[in-house]
Amino acid sequence: MEDFIRLFLNVEVMLRTWPLLKQGLWMTAQLCAVVIGLGLVGGLFLSFLAMAKSRWLRWPAFVVIDVLRAVPPLVLLIFIYSGLPFAGLDISPFAAVAVAFFLNNSAYYAEIYRAGIQSIPAGQTEAARATGLTSAQAMAYVVLPQAVRNVLPDLLSNTVEVVKLTSLASVVSLAELLYSANMARSLTYNSSPLVMAALIYLAFLWPLVRLVSRYQRKLAV
Amino acid sequence: MTRPMLELVGLNKRFGDLTVLHDIHLRVGQGELVFVIGPSGSGKSTMLRCCNRLEEPTSGSVLIDGADITACSPRALNKMRLNLGMVFQGFHLYPHMDAVGNVMLAQVKALGRSKDEARARALEMLDRVGLRHKSDAMPSALSGGQQQRVAIARALALDPKVMLFDEPTSALDPELVGSVLAVMKDLRTSGMTMLVVSHEMGFAREAADRVIFMDGGVIVEEGQPEAIFTNPQAERTRAFLSRVRG
Repeated sequence: MEDFIRLFLNVEVMLRTWPLLKQGLWMTAQLCAVVIGLGLVGGLFLSFLAMAKSRWLRWPAFVVIDVLRAVPPLVLLIFIYSGLPFAGLDISPFAAVAVAFFLNNSAYYAEIYRAGIQSIPAGQTEAARATGLTSAQAMAYVVLPQAVRNVLPDLLSNTVEVVKLTSLASVVSLAELLYSANMARSLTYNSSPLVMAALIYLAFLWPLVRLVSRYQRKLAV
Repeated sequence: MTRPMLELVGLNKRFGDLTVLHDIHLRVGQGELVFVIGPSGSGKSTMLRCCNRLEEPTSGSVLIDGADITACSPRALNKMRLNLGMVFQGFHLYPHMDAVGNVMLAQVKALGRSKDEARARALEMLDRVGLRHKSDAMPSALSGGQQQRVAIARALALDPKVMLFDEPTSALDPELVGSVLAVMKDLRTSGMTMLVVSHEMGFAREAADRVIFMDGGVIVEEGQPEAIFTNPQAERTRAFLSRVRG
């Protein structure tokens, strides 16, 4: 038991390596902000393309969305980070991770938006257009607010997935939370930093997961 | 007849091989209430929806106070639509906005009124339909009749030249129909030009200037309400009226 605590729950080690993990956490936060922020915008854009009247916009959008959802994010990341330099395209670890996960993530957000937008009855758009609103205004003020509300649990759920996804960035030596924790482990020959990283993820994501469940219950009623 | 506010000229609408409207000619004069009856599938609603191009006519034109809405750019169409208030069978209030917000939205975004101006106007319109006290209510907290009256206020707030009613009471419980018809009667008294598709024959008798009977995508017969209801000329009109009366 004492060994277990010394190896996994060593407070002294945790305190000592905290500055390192704090830096990692900050990097994870930046990564999340970029990937989630761009993903929410890019996903919306993709969903509009996927619902466009013209098939020349719609079909390519479906292909892009399907491919991005089918390719494992880690494969995409390694391709961008290690594969593209062969084409003379050198890219920093942060940019590689941001681009790879932004692409993967927008495809998921796009499908969620699409489901939400298509759940809004056509009468809403018609009522808005009949009062002289442009199609963009009808989308922005009438359809989208309702659509987002309908799919909020799914958007949140996907966002949780994105936060967890960023730990894959450790593979390309980006010093995010997991990478920093693992480095701390090897420096101290002690696994407590990894436990601390897990606890940090848990502290941030558990409330979100709870929120999703509560919201889903509320919508189901 | 007074100056025509709404004029349909040789309007045709086809969905693929199906002809829904065939060569419709109709003039609605200023301040006139024209009432459209006919069996379901006769093209009444499609005709109404062609007036503001929610449905694109296949050919023919629609003139709003002399201006051709069928021959204008998408940009101009949005402006032209401000002249046409439309009330739907299903109300279609925006469920995420309260009553006053519903009435304000297009005033601010399409008409360019300031928020204060739009709010004042919205409250005035809600007052007119007897719902000033419900201005903060969300649509889900309103009865069907109240929702439809808010929808009428939403259309009126844009100062339309013509109001289009697409079966405004068909989705309502019988005891709520009266409140909506009362608002429509008030509108008629105030001189609003109205084109109404509805099954409320009593209302037509009382308030309509003219009744149009449509069947199979054509106007079969039109005339004074009394004449149409008591002495219809066409066989199809007679058959329809006797079916409706049961």
